[in-house]
Amino acid sequence: MLVLITYDVNVTSTDGQKRLRNIAKTCLDYGMRVQCSVFECEIDPAQFIVLKNKLLTIFDSELDSLRFYFLGKKGKEKVEHYGVKDIPDPLRDSLIL
Amino acid sequence: MKKLLNTLYITRQDTYLHKERETIIIKQGDQKLGQFPALTVGNIVCFGQVTVSPPLMGYCGEQGIAISYYTEQGKFLARIYGRQVGNVLLRRTQYRFADDQQKVISLAKLIVGAKIANSRYVYLRQIRNHGESSSLQLISDRLANCLSRCEQVNDYQQLLGLEGEAALAYFSGLNELIRNNEFSFSTRVRRPPTDPINALLSFVYSIITQECLSALLGVGLDPFVGFLHKERPGRPSLALDLLEEFRAAWADRFVLTLINRKQLTSKDFVQEASGAVHLTDYARKTLFAAYQARKQEEIIHPYLQERVQIGLLPHCQALLLARYMRGDLEYYPPYLVK
Repeated sequence: MLVLITYDVNVTSTDGQKRLRNIAKTCLDYGMRVQCSVFECEIDPAQFIVLKNKLLTIFDSELDSLRFYFLGKKGKEKVEHYGVKDIPDPLRDSLIL
Repeated sequence: MKKLLNTLYITRQDTYLHKERETIIIKQGDQKLGQFPALTVGNIVCFGQVTVSPPLMGYCGEQGIAISYYTEQGKFLARIYGRQVGNVLLRRTQYRFADDQQKVISLAKLIVGAKIANSRYVYLRQIRNHGESSSLQLISDRLANCLSRCEQVNDYQQLLGLEGEAALAYFSGLNELIRNNEFSFSTRVRRPPTDPINALLSFVYSIITQECLSALLGVGLDPFVGFLHKERPGRPSLALDLLEEFRAAWADRFVLTLINRKQLTSKDFVQEASGAVHLTDYARKTLFAAYQARKQEEIIHPYLQERVQIGLLPHCQALLLARYMRGDLEYYPPYLVK
């Protein structure tokens, strides 16, 4: 299934910057960064639970916000992209470097 | 059904692959070429000067991601795989099967039969799409004849002879399937291939062999103990057995499509002084892009009656082979094109 993950992290403190970095890195383990704090992850439900738990332990529920959008199995078809930086689909595009 | 994972092809020289957390990072010098989550990658294929960091190698072994190395010209060199999966009982059953002449013959017959049937299908389809041709009809009849004789064979040498005869008949008509004036095919040449079509065939076979190898390891079979192909040190005999079913319908048709659609032209090949022909860097990228797209295409598996992507066919067949050896299936159902 395709899950869209977005977050807002309060970065006024050094602690906040650390959380921001950690959340971004954790998201990168599972999906592709499509915009600054927006990730697309194509994962199965079991992997999603692991990812969600990781993120929930990192973020601070008093200061930050995390949102998960479930786009379902055919999620890729529900996305249109315009403008710069089209992100490769790591599962389907040919990865030839 | 298993998820079809992507394959990462590294054709650029002097690249360095390493792991950061759970992602694979590809670098050339200080420039980062890409970063992908490891869980979307099932295979890493490296051409030429590509360095993979030891932690990434270890991680790939752990996660079942296969790393294979080729020369810059596309000749297979080595492959890394981690801990063996599957259980020893299945492997022991496989070895017992390989020692039992009666079983070897019956399985080898199925594989050869499927190979001949699938290669005949290539011609039947050509006739259906492009009209009657007496020479193509003749080849298809000869293959049908081989197929019916295949059922009666009870001797290993005879079976090999029959396979050779069918292959000869099959390749004798391949030139007629090429609709691109720049290329022609006369006969199958290997080690090294001396013309573009042979070079393409060899290259595609070698890629699919690696996929068969991965699939067999993935279900816990020993890819080095074969039935049709006899054991020889370093030869993945069972992977080659599995490849037979895919040669005509998957590999050969893919090569023909590339040529007929003019996705590759004569400029895409270079000939060495030794006579060996290989693909240019750029052409190899075209080939992989097309190959990846082909792997995504879905078909209905003739035996499982399930929608599967073409890229998962080796896995399906390996699974069926394992089931047959475990005794869950009475016969091994080889892949037959519908």
